[in-house]
Amino acid sequence: MTDTASSTTPQDSATARQNVMAVLAAASPEAVAERFERLDAPPFGIVRQPETGLVMVRGRMGGTGSPFNLGEVTVTRCVIRLETGETGSAYSLGRNKKKALQSAVIDALWQCGEIRERIEAEVIAPLAAEQAAAKETVREETEATKVNFFTMVRGDN
Amino acid sequence: MYVAVKGGETAIRNAHKLLAKRRRGDTSVPALTLEQIAEQLSHSVARVMGEGSLYDETLAALAIKQARGDLIEAAFLMRAYRTTLPRFGYSEPVDTAAMLVERRISATYKDLPGGQVLGPTFDYSHRLLDFALAAEDGDAVPAAETAPVEDVGMPRVTDLLGDEGLIEPSSTDSGDAPVGDLTREPLSFPADRDLRLQNLARGDEGFLLALAYSTQRGYGRTHPFAGEIRYGEVEVEFFAEELGFAVTLGTIKVTECQMVNQFAGSAKAPPAFTRGYGLVFGQVERKAMSMAMVDRSLRWQELGEEPVAPAQDIEFVLSHSDNIQATGFVEHLKLPHYVDFQAELDLVRRMRDEWFEKRRQENGSGNTQEAAE
Repeated sequence: MTDTASSTTPQDSATARQNVMAVLAAASPEAVAERFERLDAPPFGIVRQPETGLVMVRGRMGGTGSPFNLGEVTVTRCVIRLETGETGSAYSLGRNKKKALQSAVIDALWQCGEIRERIEAEVIAPLAAEQAAAKETVREETEATKVNFFTMVRGDN
Repeated sequence: MYVAVKGGETAIRNAHKLLAKRRRGDTSVPALTLEQIAEQLSHSVARVMGEGSLYDETLAALAIKQARGDLIEAAFLMRAYRTTLPRFGYSEPVDTAAMLVERRISATYKDLPGGQVLGPTFDYSHRLLDFALAAEDGDAVPAAETAPVEDVGMPRVTDLLGDEGLIEPSSTDSGDAPVGDLTREPLSFPADRDLRLQNLARGDEGFLLALAYSTQRGYGRTHPFAGEIRYGEVEVEFFAEELGFAVTLGTIKVTECQMVNQFAGSAKAPPAFTRGYGLVFGQVERKAMSMAMVDRSLRWQELGEEPVAPAQDIEFVLSHSDNIQATGFVEHLKLPHYVDFQAELDLVRRMRDEWFEKRRQENGSGNTQEAAE
């Protein structure tokens, strides 16, 4: 474990791992594959084969009220274990099994103290930056369509 | 009644081969790719995902291609596919306030925090055919304008009204109440609002549009204002038991509509606006609005209104909104009903014989009487 990792609480660690898994889930299969292949991943065993299933998405009445079931999404998940014992998981929308497997391996590697920094620097940070940039483009394009409506006043005023 | 028949295997096989050929059309024209459908027919894809009740753009594109663009058939294919997959569980409710907004408008407030952004919309277009798109080089994409973003957030219009107490509060339960799921138990009545919203979310756009329109024309008026419509990406979170924490699965695009409706008041509650809510997969604004209007109409009982119109009839609306069920029952009439029809045929023949026999007897007796007179 690195110094930074050992000084964090379990909650911080879970939050950081949630972020890693979220970045991998949001990445395209091609982007994950590209980063994965550069890693020279060590041997691992499969705990749970990549599997595609459904998650029922919920909304809330009025956006803030009681929940209701909106409709399903396809989700693919996978669990692997490194020979050093770390277990990696992946959950993401869609049906890409290769992406699920590769994401699970990256998640496990991220939990290895000595390689975490490399995973952060070479996989997570660049993918997160790409995703943030794409979102920023959407925000900027949307902002350009902002309107100011004027209410027409009847009479002299 | 349908009775099973045998035979016709060769004809069926040949018909399906012919369908495959006709589906492909002229082979000198390039075949559609799923990417082309997903990217360029995104409203069709959204409709198929919504009414198929399964969010997966590539699958919806495949369904549209296979169904030759018949969107109800495509939604049917999606529903059939989902039955082959295991269910992992339920997501955390999506937070539409945290949406990456691509469009947000309000017909009730001119100025509101975060402003109004039109986004990609057909609104204010002239509905003139654009022949540039028909030309070979019609694919030139205009660069979208950009503008610097002020990070002010976009609170929901209904939350602004709620802060002043001018709109009824959102329904909230203890949090542990079970949430009805139509994919687990068949619809039964009376149906609570959770089941109604699920039914409407996957209901037929045309049916909901017609019902919403009927309320505007006077069949159970609700005096709606489009308080807010927003479209964009929301994150889907799922609590993974084995990990002990929630994982973000990715983002989906949804349209949300908050209708602000005529107020009600009683001895117990002061007058306040009432709510109708619509939430659908993809950019399907017409349906989100219709859903919100029909949701409001179906709440007549809880709001102390009189049921006078079709759009308020919970059983009528929910039993007929699903176009997969509807098309199944209507289209099954095409299947052989020979045995059934044979019985009807015998019956009609017998009734006709009796009718003619009776008339002959009456005429016969009448003639005798006349002659006697």
